[in-house]
Amino acid sequence: MKITVDEERCCGAGQCVLIAPEVFDQREEDGIVVLLDAAPAEEQHGAVRESAGVCPAAAIQVSEAP
Amino acid sequence: MSVPGSVLVVGASAAGLGTVESLRRKGYSGRLTVLGAEIHPPYDRPPLSKQVLSGAWQPERTPLRPQEALAVLDAEFLLGDAAVALDAGARSVRTASGRVLGADAVVVATGLRPRTLPGQEELRGVRVLRTLDDAVALRGAVAQASRIVVVGDGVLGAEIAATARQSGPAVTLVGPQPAPMSGQLGPGPAVLLAELHAEHGVRLVSGTAVAGLASHQGRVTGVRLPGGATLPADLVVVAIGSVPATDWLAGSGLEVADGVVCDAYCRAAPGIFAVGDVARWYHRTLGTSLRLENRTNAIEQPAAVASVLLGEDRPYTPVPYFWTDQFGAKLQVYGTPAPDDEVTVVEGSERDRRFVAVSSRAGRATAVLGWNMPKQARLHRQALIDDGAHRPVSGR
Repeated sequence: MKITVDEERCCGAGQCVLIAPEVFDQREEDGIVVLLDAAPAEEQHGAVRESAGVCPAAAIQVSEAP
Repeated sequence: MSVPGSVLVVGASAAGLGTVESLRRKGYSGRLTVLGAEIHPPYDRPPLSKQVLSGAWQPERTPLRPQEALAVLDAEFLLGDAAVALDAGARSVRTASGRVLGADAVVVATGLRPRTLPGQEELRGVRVLRTLDDAVALRGAVAQASRIVVVGDGVLGAEIAATARQSGPAVTLVGPQPAPMSGQLGPGPAVLLAELHAEHGVRLVSGTAVAGLASHQGRVTGVRLPGGATLPADLVVVAIGSVPATDWLAGSGLEVADGVVCDAYCRAAPGIFAVGDVARWYHRTLGTSLRLENRTNAIEQPAAVASVLLGEDRPYTPVPYFWTDQFGAKLQVYGTPAPDDEVTVVEGSERDRRFVAVSSRAGRATAVLGWNMPKQARLHRQALIDDGAHRPVSGR
């Protein structure tokens, strides 16, 4: 799994941090997403897919290619 | 209820897409069909009044998912064909083109229609903003306009005024509240928002309803106020709220009362559910019926319904949340502030226009507002859950 984030789309809602705090964080100054781990371990994959699904700005892309 | 073999989702915007994505993510392997009135694949609405209206984004940037991501959902998308009738007992939907679609479960996600002023359809120079096509047309109209009046001081009206002003023309924002978004932000922060708009040259006409539109030879010339004055305009944008798109449910047997009336599980009738802006459901924690018009609800509610469809006992009890970006300020609101709530700044300062304020009533948190502090606001959101007292918003 490989994750990319689009900072320009991100609205700073922080839904991803609520769901997958080991993979996502937010910048202190403007709340924009910070990707902590672009290729997380398998136990994180479910939470990452959910984060991408619920992101209200569609700012998280997940590539499932190994 | 056993897991349905097929699900028909009526509505192909965020909530409709969210329903099929949630079902697949949770392992559902049955047949999925999505019916959409617009020809566009699911697209993102919040940018319409911001990036699309300003021209920063072309329409091609608005789809919620790339085509490949939609394809792997293995759902049939029937676009450009509106639902015109539902038979709730038979769980079948008739469409404008004459299709009849049946499924074991139907999810209603038809969203909203903008309210309009009497006579506006017959006039040139009056616009609404709901769809992508509306946004593109409005962008063109703003580029031609010299004097714009935005009618309506809710989130959408305030965003349109801010975005349009940055394109150059004179902009007046008129509405009934003491300050723009008073109902959504609480009175204090709404005054700060009014100051922000005024600094950027938006003329605010607050605490004023409108009497109607003025026109000459079929073209709008301004907005009439109750006292007899007219705000002159060559473009009027009407953003006075929306009504749930439920016309097509007349005669369906479903109860409709400012939205599709649902139980705590967002169920309107056996095998029929509603999600997103159109759904009025019973929020069990708050003990009241509720309808939310915001982007996160259009994702969280479908996820809850997907769980129920798959057999989970999961009433839907969200913390309301919305955000808005205006003149570079990023506002986040969790819960719903009431006018008489006590407001305490817990981080930053209003003077610096960077703060988190917590609203409370009888010692319990009711809302958290972040002003240019998105992360810090989110960290305070938990107070609403701990206090269990987040108050419902009504219609908006």
